[in-house]
Amino acid sequence: MALYSEKVMDHFRNPRNVGVIEDADGVGEVGNAVCGDIMKIYLKIEDGTVSDVKFETFGCGSAIASSSMATELIKGKPLSDALKLTNQAVTEALDGLPAHKLHCSVLAEEAIRAAVKDYYDRQGIAYDPKDFPDCGSCEGCHR
Amino acid sequence: MIYADNAATTQMSGAAINAMTACMRDTWGNPSSLYGLGQRAREALEDARERIAACIGASSKEITFTSGGSEADNQAIRSAALLGSRKGKRHIISTAFEHHAVLHTLKKLEGEGFEVELLPVGELGTVTADQVAEAIREDTALVTIMYANNEIGSVLPVPEIGAVCRERRVIFHTDAVQAAGHLPIDVKVQNIDLLSLSAHKFHGPKGIGVLYARQGIPLSNLIEGGAQERGKRAGTENVPAIVGMAAALEESCGHLEENAIRVSALRDLLIGGLSQIPHSALNGDPVNRLPGNVNFCFEGIEGESLLLLLDDRGICASSGSACTSGSLDPSHVLLAIGRPHEVAHGSLRLSLCEQNTEADVDAILKAVPEIVGYLRNMSPLWKDKAGRKKKFVL
Repeated sequence: MALYSEKVMDHFRNPRNVGVIEDADGVGEVGNAVCGDIMKIYLKIEDGTVSDVKFETFGCGSAIASSSMATELIKGKPLSDALKLTNQAVTEALDGLPAHKLHCSVLAEEAIRAAVKDYYDRQGIAYDPKDFPDCGSCEGCHR
Repeated sequence: MIYADNAATTQMSGAAINAMTACMRDTWGNPSSLYGLGQRAREALEDARERIAACIGASSKEITFTSGGSEADNQAIRSAALLGSRKGKRHIISTAFEHHAVLHTLKKLEGEGFEVELLPVGELGTVTADQVAEAIREDTALVTIMYANNEIGSVLPVPEIGAVCRERRVIFHTDAVQAAGHLPIDVKVQNIDLLSLSAHKFHGPKGIGVLYARQGIPLSNLIEGGAQERGKRAGTENVPAIVGMAAALEESCGHLEENAIRVSALRDLLIGGLSQIPHSALNGDPVNRLPGNVNFCFEGIEGESLLLLLDDRGICASSGSACTSGSLDPSHVLLAIGRPHEVAHGSLRLSLCEQNTEADVDAILKAVPEIVGYLRNMSPLWKDKAGRKKKFVL
């Protein structure tokens, strides 16, 4: 069996929503160069809805595919839905990821949360910080 | 398809396949059997042993067949360690960028009370005979240093290291898995006591290798059982693979110089072309280098993505990124030569053989810069560096 599902390879080869939103309402970046993956998500929010989303990713095939799928899953959705996106949902939509690549889907979930948090900060919208844990819990950031 | 991963494995040669199929068809007896069929297998086995010995300047009694390079490394190191410990010697010298077959064996020996000293390999990825001479102590049981590095292609000064070890009467093992069939090996001239090689790195079959042990160095068994291989490696001999290995090694050694000239010319074209990519760097010794090895780091991208996109264009290569190593860390070899993690993640190894052509090189030199550019264009790390928010490393 191939390392990646056809879905993963499709989103890796033809990533959706790659790029930058210059006048983004929220930007989130997670991961670090030491670990070998960084994801950056740009959100455009209109009337509480994700009207546009773009990503940039430094990372492996599954990191790029996870970013692509995650942006597809939240595009056009209410912000509340975007916040509920889990790494499991990203993984399932990709027809699965190898066990040692699951962190890529976690990164995608966290990048979106980080972008929403940035949007809340900019708008002065109150939120519970516990809803926005960062990815700094893994050992990679502490080397 | 362009196959540029010959350091991982090679395509079997016609000579090796023919020798193996003939052996499987006609000489399939057990070499330990008394009747003619068995004895013909014995003859084929011993003939292969002699021919392999001749390729590396050894005598046939010094050749033990193993399941490959890893087993040969394990057995060589364990044997030397046992010999040393009997004389109270428990210090072992090696390098930081050995193959895991060596490093993991040494790690185990550390747990068994040995002291392992890994010499630093510097930015070029090599060690000098002087470094080895300085490290040798009264209680040094073994020096184990690879002939050529599998990832970055550095060729180490094995004859000089061998001379130092012989003078100081320390057993010298070299993992020659990447060298055999590609670089001239003469165990006597080069003062090598123990040497490992693996057939599938020189167009032979997988699952077969050799441990050369100089006469007078007793091996200890990893595998107990029957009296095969002078009692040092039990199990019915894999005669077809051994015969295939002999055919492949003879062929490689017979064309060693012409292949080296041809392949290193292709290698240098690749190195020259890839050096044009901004913020890239060649890994390994640029001068003392395996004929087929090209290894680069490209800043701002991750190696696995590069490999997958090369595969889409029919180019087979490898990388030392964490994602391809299956662990959190990138290649220990790239870290050993001082590449920071973030750069080591963006490595690409292309390893050529005499079957590669200039057209292959042209196709690779078209594909790699395009893919690196494409991946950099979607990399926030690259953008931060290009926008001067972060510093370039390369």
